[in-house]
Amino acid sequence: MMKPKAQHYIDLIIVLTQKELKVKYKSSFLGYLWSIGHPLAFALVFWVAFKVVMRIEVENYALFLIAGLFPWQWFSNSINASPTIFLGNASIIKKVNFPRNLMPFTQVFQDMIHFVLATPVIVLFLFIYHKSPSLSWLYGIPVLLIIQFLMTYGISLIVSSTNLFFRDLERLTIIFTTLLFYFTPVIYPETMIPEKYKQFINLNPLSPLMVNWRNLFLSGTLELSYLTISLGYALLSFAIGYLVYRKLSWKFAEVL
Amino acid sequence: MREPIIIFDNVSKSFPLYHPITGGYKNFLFHLPKWIKSLRDSRFEALRDISFEVYNGETFGIIGRNGVGKSTTLGLIAAVLKPTKGRIIVKGRISPLLELGAGFHPELTGRENIMLNGVLMGLLRAEISRKIDEIIEFSELDNFIDQPIRVYSSGMLARLGFSVVAHLAPEILLIDEVLAVGDIQFQKKCIDRMVDFKKKGVTMVFVSHSMRDVEKICDRVMWIDDHTVKKIGDAQEIIDNYSEA
Repeated sequence: MMKPKAQHYIDLIIVLTQKELKVKYKSSFLGYLWSIGHPLAFALVFWVAFKVVMRIEVENYALFLIAGLFPWQWFSNSINASPTIFLGNASIIKKVNFPRNLMPFTQVFQDMIHFVLATPVIVLFLFIYHKSPSLSWLYGIPVLLIIQFLMTYGISLIVSSTNLFFRDLERLTIIFTTLLFYFTPVIYPETMIPEKYKQFINLNPLSPLMVNWRNLFLSGTLELSYLTISLGYALLSFAIGYLVYRKLSWKFAEVL
Repeated sequence: MREPIIIFDNVSKSFPLYHPITGGYKNFLFHLPKWIKSLRDSRFEALRDISFEVYNGETFGIIGRNGVGKSTTLGLIAAVLKPTKGRIIVKGRISPLLELGAGFHPELTGRENIMLNGVLMGLLRAEISRKIDEIIEFSELDNFIDQPIRVYSSGMLARLGFSVVAHLAPEILLIDEVLAVGDIQFQKKCIDRMVDFKKKGVTMVFVSHSMRDVEKICDRVMWIDDHTVKKIGDAQEIIDNYSEA
Protein backbone atom coordinates (compact mmCIF):
# COMPACT_ATOMS: atom_id res chain seq x y z
CA MET A 1 0.00 0.00 0.00
CA MET A 2 1.43 3.30 -1.06
CA LYS A 3 1.27 6.34 1.17
CA PRO A 4 -1.78 8.42 0.25
CA LYS A 5 0.35 11.48 -0.37
CA ALA A 6 2.57 9.76 -2.93
CA GLN A 7 -0.50 8.21 -4.51
CA HIS A 8 -2.11 11.61 -4.78
CA TYR A 9 0.96 13.01 -6.54
CA ILE A 10 0.80 10.19 -9.04
CA ASP A 11 -2.91 10.76 -9.56
CA LEU A 12 -2.31 14.46 -10.13
CA ILE A 13 0.31 13.67 -12.75
CA ILE A 14 -2.00 11.18 -14.44
CA VAL A 15 -4.98 13.52 -14.52
CA LEU A 16 -2.95 16.51 -15.71
CA THR A 17 -1.27 14.41 -18.41
CA GLN A 18 -4.61 13.04 -19.56
CA LYS A 19 -5.95 16.55 -19.70
CA GLU A 20 -3.05 17.77 -21.85
CA LEU A 21 -3.32 14.82 -24.21
CA LYS A 22 -7.08 15.07 -24.54
CA VAL A 23 -7.01 18.79 -25.13
CA LYS A 24 -4.19 18.45 -27.62
CA TYR A 25 -5.84 15.79 -29.73
CA LYS A 26 -9.50 16.54 -29.31
CA SER A 27 -9.81 18.69 -32.37
CA SER A 28 -7.17 17.17 -34.57
CA PHE A 29 -8.03 14.37 -36.94
CA LEU A 30 -4.63 12.68 -37.14
CA GLY A 31 -4.00 13.09 -33.43
CA TYR A 32 -1.09 11.09 -32.15
CA LEU A 33 0.34 10.57 -35.65
CA TRP A 34 1.53 14.17 -35.55
CA SER A 35 4.10 13.31 -32.90
CA ILE A 36 5.69 11.01 -35.46
CA GLY A 37 4.85 13.07 -38.51
CA HIS A 38 6.50 16.22 -37.26
CA PRO A 39 10.05 14.89 -36.75
CA LEU A 40 9.71 12.78 -39.89
CA ALA A 41 8.85 15.85 -41.92
CA PHE A 42 11.89 17.60 -40.46
CA ALA A 43 14.05 14.61 -41.32
CA LEU A 44 12.80 14.85 -44.90
CA VAL A 45 13.65 18.54 -45.10
CA PHE A 46 17.19 18.01 -43.81
CA TRP A 47 17.66 14.96 -45.98
CA VAL A 48 16.77 16.95 -49.09
CA ALA A 49 18.94 19.89 -48.09
CA PHE A 50 22.01 18.05 -46.88
CA LYS A 51 21.99 14.72 -48.66
CA VAL A 52 20.42 15.50 -52.01
CA VAL A 53 21.66 19.04 -52.50
CA MET A 54 24.80 19.40 -50.41
CA ARG A 55 25.83 15.71 -50.63
CA ILE A 56 26.95 15.24 -47.06
CA GLU A 57 29.25 12.23 -46.60
CA VAL A 58 27.38 10.34 -43.92
CA GLU A 59 26.43 6.71 -44.18
CA ASN A 60 22.67 5.99 -44.04
CA TYR A 61 21.92 9.66 -43.59
CA ALA A 62 18.13 9.25 -43.33
CA LEU A 63 18.50 6.81 -40.45
CA PHE A 64 21.18 9.01 -38.92
CA LEU A 65 18.83 12.00 -38.97
CA ILE A 66 15.89 10.16 -37.47
CA ALA A 67 17.95 8.70 -34.62
CA GLY A 68 18.95 12.22 -33.61
CA LEU A 69 15.82 14.20 -34.43
CA PHE A 70 13.40 12.15 -32.35
CA PRO A 71 15.09 12.78 -28.97
CA TRP A 72 15.78 16.37 -30.01
CA GLN A 73 12.13 16.88 -30.79
CA TRP A 74 11.24 15.84 -27.25
CA PHE A 75 13.63 18.40 -25.82
CA SER A 76 12.60 21.27 -28.07
CA ASN A 77 8.86 20.58 -27.78
CA SER A 78 9.07 20.70 -24.00
CA ILE A 79 11.22 23.81 -23.86
CA ASN A 80 9.24 25.72 -26.48
CA ALA A 81 6.03 24.93 -24.61
CA SER A 82 7.53 25.99 -21.27
CA PRO A 83 6.95 29.75 -21.37
CA THR A 84 3.19 29.27 -21.56
CA ILE A 85 2.82 26.39 -19.09
CA PHE A 86 1.97 28.58 -16.10
CA LEU A 87 0.65 31.42 -18.19
CA GLY A 88 -1.87 29.17 -19.91
CA ASN A 89 -3.04 27.65 -16.64
CA ALA A 90 -3.61 30.95 -14.88
CA SER A 91 -7.10 30.02 -13.71
CA ILE A 92 -5.89 26.92 -11.90
CA ILE A 93 -2.89 28.64 -10.36
CA LYS A 94 -4.94 31.54 -9.04
CA LYS A 95 -7.68 29.39 -7.64
CA VAL A 96 -6.17 26.13 -6.46
CA ASN A 97 -3.36 25.44 -4.07
CA PHE A 98 -1.42 22.45 -5.35
CA PRO A 99 2.20 21.74 -6.27
CA ARG A 100 2.60 23.85 -9.39
CA ASN A 101 5.86 22.24 -10.40
CA LEU A 102 3.73 19.29 -11.50
CA MET A 103 2.68 21.31 -14.53
CA PRO A 104 6.11 21.54 -16.18
CA PHE A 105 6.66 17.99 -14.98
CA THR A 106 3.56 16.88 -16.85
CA GLN A 107 4.60 18.74 -19.98
CA VAL A 108 8.02 17.10 -20.10
CA PHE A 109 6.57 13.72 -19.15
CA GLN A 110 3.98 13.92 -21.89
CA ASP A 111 6.60 14.79 -24.52
CA MET A 112 8.68 11.91 -23.25
CA ILE A 113 5.77 9.52 -23.77
CA HIS A 114 5.43 10.77 -27.33
CA PHE A 115 9.10 10.15 -27.90
CA VAL A 116 8.89 6.63 -26.49
CA LEU A 117 5.85 5.89 -28.61
CA ALA A 118 7.76 7.09 -31.67
CA THR A 119 10.73 4.76 -31.22
CA PRO A 120 9.13 1.99 -33.31
CA VAL A 121 9.67 4.31 -36.27
CA ILE A 122 13.40 4.27 -35.54
CA VAL A 123 13.28 0.47 -35.42
CA LEU A 124 11.48 0.45 -38.74
CA PHE A 125 14.21 2.57 -40.29
CA LEU A 126 16.88 0.30 -38.79
CA PHE A 127 15.29 -2.65 -40.60
CA ILE A 128 15.08 -0.69 -43.83
CA TYR A 129 18.83 -0.20 -43.59
CA HIS A 130 19.36 -3.88 -42.70
CA LYS A 131 20.25 -3.22 -39.11
CA SER A 132 18.56 -4.31 -35.93
CA PRO A 133 17.99 -3.05 -32.38
CA SER A 134 20.59 -4.07 -29.81
CA LEU A 135 20.19 -5.65 -26.43
CA SER A 136 21.93 -2.67 -24.82
CA TRP A 137 18.77 -0.63 -25.46
CA LEU A 138 17.27 -2.36 -22.44
CA TYR A 139 19.44 -0.38 -20.04
CA GLY A 140 20.62 2.37 -22.40
CA ILE A 141 17.20 3.81 -23.17
CA PRO A 142 16.01 4.07 -19.55
CA VAL A 143 19.30 5.69 -18.49
CA LEU A 144 19.19 8.28 -21.25
CA LEU A 145 15.47 8.86 -20.65
CA ILE A 146 16.16 9.73 -17.01
CA ILE A 147 19.07 12.02 -17.89
CA GLN A 148 17.13 13.85 -20.55
CA PHE A 149 14.05 14.07 -18.36
CA LEU A 150 15.97 15.70 -15.50
CA MET A 151 17.75 18.10 -17.83
CA THR A 152 14.60 19.13 -19.69
CA TYR A 153 12.51 19.40 -16.52
CA GLY A 154 15.11 21.65 -14.91
CA ILE A 155 15.28 24.00 -17.87
CA SER A 156 11.50 23.92 -18.18
CA LEU A 157 11.12 24.98 -14.54
CA ILE A 158 13.47 27.91 -15.11
CA VAL A 159 11.78 29.05 -18.32
CA SER A 160 8.19 28.60 -17.18
CA SER A 161 8.72 30.35 -13.82
CA THR A 162 10.84 33.19 -15.12
CA ASN A 163 8.54 33.91 -18.02
CA LEU A 164 5.82 35.06 -15.64
CA PHE A 165 8.04 37.93 -14.57
CA PHE A 166 9.82 38.56 -17.85
CA ARG A 167 7.47 37.79 -20.70
CA ASP A 168 9.99 38.53 -23.44
CA LEU A 169 11.50 35.19 -22.56
CA GLU A 170 8.87 33.55 -24.72
CA ARG A 171 10.42 34.97 -27.90
CA LEU A 172 13.95 34.36 -26.70
CA THR A 173 13.23 30.71 -25.99
CA ILE A 174 12.38 29.91 -29.59
CA ILE A 175 15.48 31.68 -30.87
CA PHE A 176 17.55 29.92 -28.25
CA THR A 177 16.33 26.40 -29.03
CA THR A 178 16.80 26.97 -32.77
CA LEU A 179 20.35 28.18 -32.24
CA LEU A 180 21.08 25.33 -29.89
CA PHE A 181 19.82 22.88 -32.49
CA TYR A 182 22.46 23.90 -35.00
CA PHE A 183 25.17 23.88 -32.35
CA THR A 184 24.28 20.32 -31.38
CA PRO A 185 25.47 17.41 -33.50
CA VAL A 186 22.03 16.26 -34.60
CA ILE A 187 22.06 16.82 -38.35
CA TYR A 188 25.83 16.34 -38.59
CA PRO A 189 28.13 13.88 -36.80
CA GLU A 190 30.38 15.25 -34.06
CA THR A 191 33.37 13.99 -36.07
CA MET A 192 32.72 16.64 -38.73
CA ILE A 193 33.24 19.51 -36.32
CA PRO A 194 36.50 21.29 -37.23
CA GLU A 195 39.41 20.36 -34.96
CA LYS A 196 39.77 23.78 -33.34
CA TYR A 197 36.12 23.86 -32.22
CA LYS A 198 35.97 20.27 -31.00
CA GLN A 199 37.12 21.20 -27.54
CA PHE A 200 33.94 23.24 -27.10
CA ILE A 201 31.56 20.40 -27.82
CA ASN A 202 30.97 19.60 -24.17
CA LEU A 203 30.07 23.19 -23.37
CA ASN A 204 26.72 22.47 -24.98
CA PRO A 205 24.75 20.38 -22.45
CA LEU A 206 22.75 18.75 -25.23
CA SER A 207 25.70 17.55 -27.33
CA PRO A 208 26.91 14.59 -25.24
CA LEU A 209 23.33 13.48 -24.67
CA MET A 210 22.28 13.64 -28.32
CA VAL A 211 25.44 11.90 -29.51
CA ASN A 212 24.77 9.10 -27.04
CA TRP A 213 21.16 8.73 -28.18
CA ARG A 214 22.22 8.40 -31.80
CA ASN A 215 25.03 5.96 -31.07
CA LEU A 216 22.70 3.89 -28.96
CA PHE A 217 20.07 3.70 -31.69
CA LEU A 218 22.50 3.11 -34.55
CA SER A 219 25.05 0.78 -32.99
CA GLY A 220 23.91 0.02 -29.46
CA THR A 221 26.87 1.77 -27.82
CA LEU A 222 27.03 4.33 -25.03
CA GLU A 223 30.10 6.42 -24.43
CA LEU A 224 30.80 6.60 -20.73
CA SER A 225 32.49 10.01 -20.73
CA TYR A 226 29.56 11.59 -22.57
CA LEU A 227 27.18 9.80 -20.24
CA THR A 228 28.89 11.22 -17.15
CA ILE A 229 28.99 14.75 -18.54
CA SER A 230 25.33 14.74 -19.52
CA LEU A 231 24.35 13.33 -16.13
CA GLY A 232 26.28 16.17 -14.50
CA TYR A 233 24.46 18.73 -16.65
CA ALA A 234 21.13 17.06 -15.88
CA LEU A 235 21.64 17.23 -12.12
CA LEU A 236 22.83 20.81 -12.35
CA SER A 237 19.89 21.87 -14.48
CA PHE A 238 17.44 20.15 -12.16
CA ALA A 239 18.99 21.76 -9.08
CA ILE A 240 18.96 25.27 -10.56
CA GLY A 241 15.46 24.79 -11.94
CA TYR A 242 14.14 23.69 -8.61
CA LEU A 243 15.79 26.61 -6.79
CA VAL A 244 14.38 29.15 -9.24
CA TYR A 245 10.94 27.61 -8.92
CA ARG A 246 11.12 27.57 -5.12
CA LYS A 247 12.19 31.18 -5.07
CA LEU A 248 9.45 32.42 -7.40
CA SER A 249 6.48 30.09 -7.01
CA TRP A 250 4.78 31.89 -4.13
CA LYS A 251 4.41 34.96 -6.32
CA PHE A 252 2.77 33.13 -9.23
CA ALA A 253 -0.80 33.84 -8.16
CA GLU A 254 0.03 37.54 -7.81
CA VAL A 255 1.44 38.17 -11.25
CA LEU A 256 -0.96 36.09 -13.27
CA MET B 1 -15.57 22.82 21.64
CA ARG B 2 -14.96 26.35 20.40
CA GLU B 3 -11.54 25.80 19.06
CA PRO B 4 -10.21 28.24 16.47
CA ILE B 5 -9.36 26.45 13.24
CA ILE B 6 -8.47 29.46 11.09
CA ILE B 7 -6.56 32.29 12.73
CA PHE B 8 -5.65 35.60 11.09
CA ASP B 9 -3.32 37.65 13.20
CA ASN B 10 -2.88 41.25 12.00
CA VAL B 11 -2.65 40.18 8.40
CA SER B 12 -1.93 42.64 5.62
CA LYS B 13 -1.62 41.87 1.98
CA SER B 14 -0.41 44.23 -0.69
CA PHE B 15 0.26 43.66 -4.33
CA PRO B 16 2.81 45.44 -6.43
CA LEU B 17 1.13 47.59 -9.02
CA TYR B 18 2.53 46.89 -12.42
CA HIS B 19 3.69 49.73 -14.57
CA PRO B 20 3.87 48.64 -18.12
CA ILE B 21 6.80 50.29 -19.82
CA THR B 22 5.21 52.64 -22.27
CA GLY B 23 7.10 54.53 -24.91
CA GLY B 24 9.53 51.71 -25.66
CA TYR B 25 12.97 50.95 -24.40
CA LYS B 26 14.49 54.38 -25.03
CA ASN B 27 12.01 56.04 -22.77
CA PHE B 28 12.55 53.19 -20.34
CA LEU B 29 16.32 53.65 -20.25
CA PHE B 30 16.14 57.41 -19.81
CA HIS B 31 13.70 57.15 -16.94
CA LEU B 32 15.08 54.03 -15.32
CA PRO B 33 15.70 55.45 -11.82
CA LYS B 34 12.27 57.04 -11.75
CA TRP B 35 10.69 53.82 -12.93
CA ILE B 36 12.39 51.75 -10.26
CA LYS B 37 11.31 54.20 -7.62
CA SER B 38 7.70 54.17 -8.76
CA LEU B 39 7.82 50.39 -8.77
CA ARG B 40 8.91 50.29 -5.18
CA ASP B 41 6.51 52.91 -3.90
CA SER B 42 3.28 51.97 -5.49
CA ARG B 43 1.75 48.94 -3.94
CA PHE B 44 -1.91 48.25 -3.79
CA GLU B 45 -3.11 47.38 -0.34
CA ALA B 46 -5.75 44.70 -0.68
CA LEU B 47 -6.06 43.95 3.01
CA ARG B 48 -4.93 46.06 5.93
CA ASP B 49 -4.29 44.62 9.32
CA ILE B 50 -7.14 42.18 9.62
CA SER B 51 -7.57 39.75 12.49
CA PHE B 52 -10.26 37.16 12.96
CA GLU B 53 -10.79 33.59 13.99
CA VAL B 54 -13.04 30.94 12.56
CA TYR B 55 -14.08 28.23 14.95
CA ASN B 56 -14.36 24.54 14.41
CA GLY B 57 -17.67 23.59 12.80
CA GLU B 58 -18.94 27.09 12.27
CA THR B 59 -20.10 28.73 9.08
CA PHE B 60 -18.38 32.03 8.68
CA GLY B 61 -19.65 34.56 6.17
CA ILE B 62 -17.63 37.31 4.53
CA ILE B 63 -19.54 40.21 3.05
CA GLY B 64 -18.63 43.55 1.59
CA ARG B 65 -18.68 45.49 -1.65
CA ASN B 66 -16.82 44.48 -4.79
CA GLY B 67 -13.08 44.79 -4.60
CA VAL B 68 -12.70 45.25 -0.85
CA GLY B 69 -10.61 42.11 -0.38
CA LYS B 70 -13.03 39.23 0.17
CA SER B 71 -11.48 36.96 -2.43
CA THR B 72 -7.99 37.94 -1.32
CA THR B 73 -8.95 36.72 2.14
CA LEU B 74 -10.03 33.38 0.71
CA GLY B 75 -6.80 33.19 -1.29
CA LEU B 76 -4.85 33.69 1.92
CA ILE B 77 -6.81 31.00 3.74
CA ALA B 78 -6.20 28.52 0.93
CA ALA B 79 -2.51 29.53 0.88
CA VAL B 80 -2.61 30.44 -2.79
CA LEU B 81 -1.36 33.85 -1.63
CA LYS B 82 1.16 34.68 1.06
CA PRO B 83 0.52 37.52 3.52
CA THR B 84 2.78 40.55 3.28
CA LYS B 85 2.57 41.02 7.04
CA GLY B 86 1.05 39.09 9.89
CA ARG B 87 0.42 35.46 10.63
CA ILE B 88 -2.10 32.95 9.35
CA ILE B 89 -2.75 29.59 10.94
CA VAL B 90 -5.04 27.03 9.35
CA LYS B 91 -5.57 23.69 11.08
CA GLY B 92 -7.19 20.81 9.31
CA ARG B 93 -7.62 19.54 5.79
CA ILE B 94 -8.63 22.54 3.77
CA SER B 95 -10.23 22.50 0.37
CA PRO B 96 -7.54 23.94 -1.88
CA LEU B 97 -10.14 25.38 -4.22
CA LEU B 98 -11.05 29.01 -3.97
CA GLU B 99 -13.91 28.80 -6.31
CA LEU B 100 -16.26 26.14 -7.53
CA GLY B 101 -15.12 24.71 -10.79
CA ALA B 102 -11.63 26.09 -10.46
CA GLY B 103 -9.44 24.32 -12.94
CA PHE B 104 -12.26 23.23 -15.22
CA HIS B 105 -11.06 22.99 -18.78
CA PRO B 106 -13.55 24.06 -21.47
CA GLU B 107 -12.52 21.37 -23.93
CA LEU B 108 -13.03 18.47 -21.53
CA THR B 109 -16.39 16.86 -20.90
CA GLY B 110 -18.28 17.25 -17.65
CA ARG B 111 -17.25 13.78 -16.58
CA GLU B 112 -13.56 14.43 -17.32
CA ASN B 113 -13.73 17.73 -15.48
CA ILE B 114 -15.18 16.04 -12.40
CA MET B 115 -12.10 13.83 -12.31
CA LEU B 116 -9.67 16.73 -12.87
CA ASN B 117 -11.39 18.96 -10.35
CA GLY B 118 -11.65 16.21 -7.77
CA VAL B 119 -7.98 15.30 -7.94
CA LEU B 120 -7.03 18.98 -7.72
CA MET B 121 -9.16 19.09 -4.57
CA GLY B 122 -6.98 16.45 -3.03
CA LEU B 123 -8.88 13.24 -3.73
CA LEU B 124 -7.57 10.06 -5.26
CA ARG B 125 -8.81 8.90 -8.62
CA ALA B 126 -10.19 5.72 -7.09
CA GLU B 127 -12.27 7.69 -4.60
CA ILE B 128 -13.73 9.87 -7.34
CA SER B 129 -14.52 6.87 -9.54
CA ARG B 130 -16.55 5.45 -6.68
CA LYS B 131 -18.57 8.63 -6.29
CA ILE B 132 -18.82 9.83 -9.86
CA ASP B 133 -22.29 8.44 -10.54
CA GLU B 134 -23.60 10.07 -7.42
CA ILE B 135 -22.00 13.38 -8.43
CA ILE B 136 -23.50 13.23 -11.90
CA GLU B 137 -26.91 12.41 -10.53
CA PHE B 138 -26.76 15.31 -8.09
CA SER B 139 -25.79 17.70 -10.90
CA GLU B 140 -28.87 16.70 -12.96
CA LEU B 141 -26.85 17.35 -16.09
CA ASP B 142 -27.97 14.04 -17.66
CA ASN B 143 -26.88 13.83 -21.27
CA PHE B 144 -24.75 16.92 -21.11
CA ILE B 145 -22.27 15.22 -18.83
CA ASP B 146 -20.39 13.79 -21.82
CA GLN B 147 -20.30 17.07 -23.71
CA PRO B 148 -17.34 19.45 -23.51
CA ILE B 149 -18.21 22.04 -20.91
CA ARG B 150 -17.64 24.93 -23.30
CA VAL B 151 -21.22 24.27 -24.45
CA TYR B 152 -22.57 24.59 -20.89
CA SER B 153 -24.44 27.62 -19.66
CA SER B 154 -23.03 29.38 -16.62
CA GLY B 155 -25.79 27.86 -14.51
CA MET B 156 -24.83 24.37 -15.66
CA LEU B 157 -21.19 25.07 -14.84
CA ALA B 158 -22.17 26.12 -11.35
CA ARG B 159 -24.15 22.90 -10.99
CA LEU B 160 -21.19 20.82 -12.01
CA GLY B 161 -18.84 22.73 -9.72
CA PHE B 162 -21.08 22.48 -6.69
CA SER B 163 -21.85 18.82 -7.31
CA VAL B 164 -18.19 17.96 -7.07
CA VAL B 165 -17.76 19.89 -3.83
CA ALA B 166 -20.96 18.44 -2.40
CA HIS B 167 -19.56 14.93 -2.58
CA LEU B 168 -16.09 15.49 -1.29
CA ALA B 169 -15.50 16.02 2.34
CA PRO B 170 -12.85 18.51 3.33
CA GLU B 171 -12.77 19.68 6.92
CA ILE B 172 -12.71 23.30 5.82
CA LEU B 173 -14.64 24.41 2.78
CA LEU B 174 -14.24 27.72 0.98
CA ILE B 175 -17.17 28.89 -1.07
CA ASP B 176 -16.99 32.02 -3.16
CA GLU B 177 -20.12 33.37 -4.85
CA VAL B 178 -21.61 30.19 -6.13
CA LEU B 179 -25.27 30.18 -5.99
CA ALA B 180 -25.96 33.35 -7.88
CA VAL B 181 -26.19 31.74 -11.32
CA GLY B 182 -28.05 28.50 -10.65
CA ASP B 183 -31.83 28.27 -10.91
CA ILE B 184 -33.97 28.43 -7.79
CA GLN B 185 -34.45 24.69 -7.44
CA PHE B 186 -30.74 24.08 -7.62
CA GLN B 187 -29.94 26.95 -5.29
CA LYS B 188 -32.22 25.37 -2.77
CA LYS B 189 -30.54 22.02 -3.23
CA CYS B 190 -27.15 23.66 -2.61
CA ILE B 191 -28.30 25.42 0.52
CA ASP B 192 -29.75 22.13 1.81
CA ARG B 193 -26.45 20.47 1.14
CA MET B 194 -24.58 23.16 3.01
CA VAL B 195 -26.92 22.79 5.95
CA ASP B 196 -26.06 19.05 5.84
CA PHE B 197 -22.38 19.90 5.91
CA LYS B 198 -22.98 22.11 8.85
CA LYS B 199 -24.65 19.30 10.75
CA LYS B 200 -21.67 17.08 9.99
CA GLY B 201 -19.38 19.67 11.52
CA VAL B 202 -17.69 20.94 8.37
CA THR B 203 -16.23 24.41 8.83
CA MET B 204 -17.24 26.71 6.00
CA VAL B 205 -16.11 30.13 4.87
CA PHE B 206 -18.80 31.58 2.68
CA VAL B 207 -18.44 34.67 0.51
CA SER B 208 -21.63 35.98 -1.00
CA HIS B 209 -23.59 39.02 -2.01
CA SER B 210 -26.87 37.30 -1.33
CA MET B 211 -27.81 38.40 2.17
CA ARG B 212 -30.64 35.88 2.15
CA ASP B 213 -28.20 32.97 1.75
CA VAL B 214 -25.75 34.40 4.24
CA GLU B 215 -28.55 34.82 6.74
CA LYS B 216 -29.72 31.29 6.18
CA ILE B 217 -26.48 29.43 6.75
CA CYS B 218 -23.92 31.64 8.48
CA ASP B 219 -23.36 31.73 12.22
CA ARG B 220 -21.08 34.70 12.23
CA VAL B 221 -20.25 37.25 9.60
CA MET B 222 -17.30 39.49 8.90
CA TRP B 223 -17.97 42.71 7.07
CA ILE B 224 -14.98 43.98 5.15
CA ASP B 225 -14.98 47.59 4.08
CA ASP B 226 -12.16 49.62 2.59
CA HIS B 227 -9.74 46.66 2.83
CA THR B 228 -10.10 46.24 6.54
CA VAL B 229 -12.50 44.64 9.00
CA LYS B 230 -15.46 46.86 9.66
CA LYS B 231 -17.34 44.51 11.95
CA ILE B 232 -17.40 40.91 13.02
CA GLY B 233 -20.27 39.37 14.86
CA ASP B 234 -23.57 37.61 14.90
CA ALA B 235 -24.85 37.08 11.34
CA GLN B 236 -28.20 38.80 11.74
CA GLU B 237 -26.77 41.87 13.38
CA ILE B 238 -24.01 42.42 10.83
CA ILE B 239 -26.36 41.85 7.90
CA ASP B 240 -28.76 44.44 9.28
CA ASN B 241 -25.96 46.95 9.69
CA TYR B 242 -24.62 46.22 6.21
CA SER B 243 -28.00 46.52 4.54
CA GLU B 244 -28.58 49.89 6.13
CA ALA B 245 -25.19 51.26 5.14
